[in-house]
Amino acid sequence: MRNLLLLVAVACIGVGIYLGDVRLVMNKAVHICLECIGIG
Amino acid sequence: MARRKFIQSAFALLTNGHLAGFWQGRIYQGPLKSLCLPGLNCYSCPGALGACPLGALQSAFSGLTGRIPFYAFGMLLLFGALLGRLICGFLCPFGLVQELFYKIPVRKVKKGRWSQRLTYLKYPLGLFFVLVLPLGLLFFGSGGEPTFCKYICPAGTFEASLPLLGANPYLRAAAGILTAWKFFLLFLLTVAALFVFRPFCRFFCPLGAWYGLFNGVSAFGIAVDKKTCTKCGRCAAVCQSDVRLAGDRECISCGECVKSCPTRAIAYKNPFASAPFPKKMIRAFCMKFNDF
Repeated sequence: MRNLLLLVAVACIGVGIYLGDVRLVMNKAVHICLECIGIG
Repeated sequence: MARRKFIQSAFALLTNGHLAGFWQGRIYQGPLKSLCLPGLNCYSCPGALGACPLGALQSAFSGLTGRIPFYAFGMLLLFGALLGRLICGFLCPFGLVQELFYKIPVRKVKKGRWSQRLTYLKYPLGLFFVLVLPLGLLFFGSGGEPTFCKYICPAGTFEASLPLLGANPYLRAAAGILTAWKFFLLFLLTVAALFVFRPFCRFFCPLGAWYGLFNGVSAFGIAVDKKTCTKCGRCAAVCQSDVRLAGDRECISCGECVKSCPTRAIAYKNPFASAPFPKKMIRAFCMKFNDF
């Protein structure tokens, strides 16, 4: 079960990297999240 | 106990090492920011070197990508499958903050049936604010929002809002009702943390809820040897969280229960103990090397 979960996790990460999710996460993370700091 | 505190502090410092951000009122914008961190670590914290997985997930659900967020979901799955709620016990900076507040010597509120029942709250809360509301607003409202971050997350208020508003007058000028609400929630939680052990982790944290689902299968964390366990209940009695048995979904793998077990049934998992690798692999490699 654990190995299956790890396999699915790695596959998801791989697909995410291929589809450009990393760039999107980066884009969100490098700007101040106004919602997070309560300005909205 | 001291070793765990050291690991918690070291990891908090390691993942929030952009210290200049605190007095400059700016966040780190380097390449590490694309990496999801395991704990509740707001990516708008001036010191944060990585991204909050919950924030990344909500951003995706609120319309940023318009599809399944494979990367953020994969990272959450990976962390869960590897570590489970060991992350809560050792790697979450907000958990550390609450534990430090709990150290202040005031009379503590004991756990009981009330706290065990309250632990279920984090599941519907997480489901609603992390998944349902962002998607609902995206499809039926005015547009998606990271609603847990926006309306609830005290880690964001403590780690990001407090230092950024403190150091940046422009952000301070933009503060309004929402800011007041979030600081009010943070105040309530801070007061609660004086009397109750890790109240946010036990009752409200969606990450804790998620990781708890993996406690039974994760590679690392606390496990109970069912053959030697007599179900005496001592682990649950000494536990500051709401475990029924060490290693269950409420267990943060702090290890406080290990010495309490009369049959020594509790231990940290060692995924390499029974694995054929790497001993056989190394032996085979050495033999081949010698032959050559």
